[in-house]
Amino acid sequence: MEKPLTKNIQPDRAFATLADYESTGGYLGMRKAITDLQPKEVQQWVKDAGLRGRGGAGFSTGLKWSLVPMDADAPQVRYLVVNADEMEPGTFKDRLLLEKDPHQLIEGIIIAAYAIQATMAYIFLRGEYHLAAQRLAYALLEARSKGYLGKHVLDSGFSLEIVLHTSAGRYICGEETALLNALEGKRATPRAKPPFPLISGLWGKPTVVNNVETLCNVPHILQYGVEWYQGLARCVDKGTKLFGASGRVKYPGLWELPMGTSIREIIEEHAGGMRDGYKLRGFLPGGASTDFLLPEHLDVGMEFDAIAKAGSRMGTGNIIVLDDKTCPVQMVLNLEQFFAQESCGWCTPCRDGLPWTVTLLKDIIAGKGRLEDLDRLAGLTRMLGPGNTFCALAPGAMEPLQSALKYFREDFERYIVGHYDEVGVV
Amino acid sequence: MARIEIDGRFYDVQDNTNVLSTCLSLGMDLPYFCWHPAMGSVGACRQCAVIQYKDAEDTRGRLVMACMTPVMNDMRLSISSEQARRFRSDNIELLMTNHPHDCPVCEEGGECHLQDMTVMTGHTFRRYRGSKRTHNNQNLGPFINHEMNRCIACYRCVRFYNDYAGGHDLQVLGVHNNVYFGRFEDGTLENEFSGNLVEVCPTGVFTDKTFSAHYARKWDLQTAPSICVHCGLGCNTAPGERYGELRRIINRYHGAVNGYFLCDRGRFGYGFVNSSKRILKPRIDNQPIIAIETAESHFRKLLNAAKSTIGIGSPRASLEANFALRELVGEENFFLGLNDTEHTLLNTIIDLMRHGGIHSPSLREIEQADAVLILGEDVTHSAPRLALSIRQALRNASFAMAQTMHIPLWQDAAIRQLRGNVQSPLFIASICATRLDDVATNTYHGSPENVARLGFAIAHCLDDSTPAPFALSTSEQSLASSIASRLKQAKRPLVVSGTSCSCLAVIQAAYNIAKAIPSKDKQLTFTVPECNSVGLTIMGGKRLQQAFERIDNGLTDNVIILENDLYRRASHKAVDLFLETAAHVSVIDSLENKTTEKAQLLLPAATFAESEGTLVNNEGRAQRYFPVYPATEAARGSWQWLTSVMEDPHWQHHDALTSACATTLPGLATLIQSASVTEDAIAGSKIPRQPHRYSGRTAMHANIKVSEPGPAHDLETPFAFSMEGATTHAPPALLPVIWAPGWNSNQAINKFQEEISGHLRDGDTGIRLIEASGELPWFDDIPTAFEPEPGLWRITPLPNIFGSEELSQQSPSIRERQPLVCILLNPMDAETLAVGTGDPIEIREFAGATTLTIHAQIEHTLPRGLVGVTTGLPEFQSLQAWTQITLKKANPELQDLSEVPL
Repeated sequence: MEKPLTKNIQPDRAFATLADYESTGGYLGMRKAITDLQPKEVQQWVKDAGLRGRGGAGFSTGLKWSLVPMDADAPQVRYLVVNADEMEPGTFKDRLLLEKDPHQLIEGIIIAAYAIQATMAYIFLRGEYHLAAQRLAYALLEARSKGYLGKHVLDSGFSLEIVLHTSAGRYICGEETALLNALEGKRATPRAKPPFPLISGLWGKPTVVNNVETLCNVPHILQYGVEWYQGLARCVDKGTKLFGASGRVKYPGLWELPMGTSIREIIEEHAGGMRDGYKLRGFLPGGASTDFLLPEHLDVGMEFDAIAKAGSRMGTGNIIVLDDKTCPVQMVLNLEQFFAQESCGWCTPCRDGLPWTVTLLKDIIAGKGRLEDLDRLAGLTRMLGPGNTFCALAPGAMEPLQSALKYFREDFERYIVGHYDEVGVV
Repeated sequence: MARIEIDGRFYDVQDNTNVLSTCLSLGMDLPYFCWHPAMGSVGACRQCAVIQYKDAEDTRGRLVMACMTPVMNDMRLSISSEQARRFRSDNIELLMTNHPHDCPVCEEGGECHLQDMTVMTGHTFRRYRGSKRTHNNQNLGPFINHEMNRCIACYRCVRFYNDYAGGHDLQVLGVHNNVYFGRFEDGTLENEFSGNLVEVCPTGVFTDKTFSAHYARKWDLQTAPSICVHCGLGCNTAPGERYGELRRIINRYHGAVNGYFLCDRGRFGYGFVNSSKRILKPRIDNQPIIAIETAESHFRKLLNAAKSTIGIGSPRASLEANFALRELVGEENFFLGLNDTEHTLLNTIIDLMRHGGIHSPSLREIEQADAVLILGEDVTHSAPRLALSIRQALRNASFAMAQTMHIPLWQDAAIRQLRGNVQSPLFIASICATRLDDVATNTYHGSPENVARLGFAIAHCLDDSTPAPFALSTSEQSLASSIASRLKQAKRPLVVSGTSCSCLAVIQAAYNIAKAIPSKDKQLTFTVPECNSVGLTIMGGKRLQQAFERIDNGLTDNVIILENDLYRRASHKAVDLFLETAAHVSVIDSLENKTTEKAQLLLPAATFAESEGTLVNNEGRAQRYFPVYPATEAARGSWQWLTSVMEDPHWQHHDALTSACATTLPGLATLIQSASVTEDAIAGSKIPRQPHRYSGRTAMHANIKVSEPGPAHDLETPFAFSMEGATTHAPPALLPVIWAPGWNSNQAINKFQEEISGHLRDGDTGIRLIEASGELPWFDDIPTAFEPEPGLWRITPLPNIFGSEELSQQSPSIRERQPLVCILLNPMDAETLAVGTGDPIEIREFAGATTLTIHAQIEHTLPRGLVGVTTGLPEFQSLQAWTQITLKKANPELQDLSEVPL
């Protein structure tokens, strides 16, 4: 099984230096793109390869690039921005790539910037990723010294500067337009779409925002070709991906596996199954803002459409496992507290709806809940649903809650009914 | 145009706007918070949700925010669908989770947009059981109260304050439901338009602190349409009164002039009306007398006994009052009350407006300009509301760019995002730094002569047949040519100048530039110092110095001075001599000043709030103000004092005076259209000044007399001092209170506009008296460059929004914002004199007599050789503008002004 994304990650070294990276064919993809291909051709390769964004939304990367206005009368300044603000609870895939193999990302950035003819790229890095920041900074110096960055990359007509920006730290900065505002020094509040960043992004210029893992796929597509890349997967989605598992499994961790790998294989084989004494009750397949699935969904493959059909989202592909000794209501409260805390405060449903969700859940857990509170919670999940709020934060926050209400309703009711009789709460 | 379907009915509407704006323009009720008609859409509050259907078959539809949805042909919408109604009601419920139940003690109550919208959505029952978040409030200075617990986080305050008005010290702080709108620490809000927060805030977070001091509910205020008297722009206002006291001023929408916003001087300057300096009783030889008749007969006696009587008019009195005086004393005996400089500058401006052939724009038109040059003005201080309009004009470049990118112009945040790249050019040539410098493309600081020279150079770059100044520095030359090229490229360039630096050449240079600009749609506007400077000048009359000569020559023995403190206009010596030489001096004024002290007969004048009149603004627009409440004690409109002693009883009514004014004076002929406002507007029944919910009417005076006094009669205007009458037939421009069922806040204005932010239905108020025609020759009197003379300085008056205007100076809240009494010095001059900021400095007139000791302050942008002082501050009244003085570091012991002999 080929593991292009993690081939340079080895237990005997802290991280892959430029020499390490190049010893396994690093920067060959970049050479090919810049020397042999036109920007439009690079876009086409990535589109044909079937690479879909690894940040959670799964938009075709090549298609995104091809939508950047690049004709003669379009703005001549364009930006590439790397979303390295990995803050989704339970997700740690980009961290591995950033800390262990920074050149893979840099090569991906150079190719992507070439494809959209951007001369300036920004890496927006989560503030807490100190180690990644150090290693990226080092790798950027190495790449520059080799002439991979700066004026005339590989003596071509293409020039590129990469700026590493470490975030001041808010979950909402992972939302691409809030990220752009933060990068400009403004409050990290999302922007209205349209206009999309592709038309008016950073400093009002056409901007592509790509996830770290997405860009890490790109060098390999260029180096080994579209067909090779398509052959990696086991399903309609292409390539490999970092899948992870956390919770009370035997070996929590992260593995590069083909797209389409079943959830059962990830949890039972790679994570070693549940810890002794614990049973699987359910799981969030792709981070905190995805719907719960149940053991009956274990055979679903990790592919965008299949998971959507099962009632959730692949998200980041990092599974959070719920065991039978953890209360799903308290788990949901924990998540909602996070989302309420991280709301930017811009739109009403999110700003004021999430704290109410938290209040209701706390009341329920404290034995002060009422049965109609469950209707209120269900009402809030609809109220804060897609399209009703300004960005995707609140709808994401509602996903674990709405599915918990569906699958674990008796756990909620147990808190309410037991106490309702006992203390006669009105 | 687009054809759209809303709830089964079809409408033909504009397709360049959003669904919310369209629904409101169609007269529908759709709740909103973050959207503001002047500030566009940002989609934050999610309150204006409607259902949009894909096509005729779609029955489910999709919830969309009306403010963020562009109007498109054939679109199908529903406001009334259950899903949309439910969402809007639930959204309000969310907003309300943290909103206190303090409406009964909240000053917004009764005119609260949040109350209105809550009722509109039908949210009536509170399901939230949690506690509410609380905030600390801040002291934001003399104008604005802060009560953050009421905040519903619509973000309008910061969008207005920062994005619209260019402020920096009001910010969003904190996150999630703990967002906080305030300053980083307690302190006075610095922006000159902070008062608009009171109206921009949809609830009671920002309220009027001066109103708090004598609060009444909106429905308990008696109101009439009025015009601001604190500068020459003529913003429309709605003053409110209760118990014979003026309680507050709010904006009155005008589609061409002030739109939705006022400046802080206009909003808070009203305090002078309630001032203890008000003259409310006639005085003969400084003895107060009660009876109006006694004063009148004394006034008549003086007139009859006089050998000859002269009248001195005023740029802060109405056209009618000035005209009545002119008729009383005769044209040959009427003096405008302007000194030589003011007279020359204003006459030149009027001449240019009339015969210069360049359009004099309204503020609304100014907002359409795509390149602006300001010559010799700090508009934020001399004509504040104009500065706000210029800020909006600078967005036109980003609007143009947005259009090429297919971003709708109402998408405020997206357009502002582009602003980082593009801004329409603004060039400012002024004496020193101005409050618009933060958005200026380039600035130039110099003495008025040098500003004028730069102006002549710009004109020459635009058209080389205009005269060019000689000996311009290379940097001035290159600046002039870069300004000229930007003005040349513009489609709607605007040149702004005015009277602030008292320099004729500056005004002439501005005309040369405007004339030389090739664009057909160019505009030229001038700021003028007072509310009726333009009207008075159009009326025409002699100079103040000529009046002095008349008395000096012994040709005249009787003087009537109308609302004019002559000490503000001429040297103390000259005025003293004039007033002492005249045998009889009668003064009509509303506030005590140095001139009223010298009056043998003092007649109490009503202020703008208690009388009627017409004022002409800098654009040439004549606008009427109406009494808000009857004048108290013996105060009467100045025009009434003057006509009371006239033989012709025909002129005893104000409309007749207006129409006589129009027929007598050719420059004011079009005024005739407004002369019959009283008869036309009311069609039988008067417009009530008191809202239909006015309370306590029968008990208001019960502590004085148990029986209820009848309402005062108003024979002069279409309004009644009463709740009775009808507003239904009144044109919106004459509505005292903007109110519509379900809309108790000022946002109700959308029910009275032709379309959102358009003209009022039945027209905006006012008649433009001047339309540009003709062409004047190039001005070629170019001054030589200013060279500082060693050891000599020139007194340079610099206008200040909170210090310079005579009436607002007497408003307590404005006085708190008055600038420091100090003189400004260039740092190198300060070094020569060995003084630093705060050091006392002694000013001597050229002749050598000590006049004043005052603190120095360093101003880096002030040219060498000039001494900046705040225009109009009483402390500087003894200093003649532009006279040469010598300076000396004073003995620090003598820091107290009062110890210095004047």
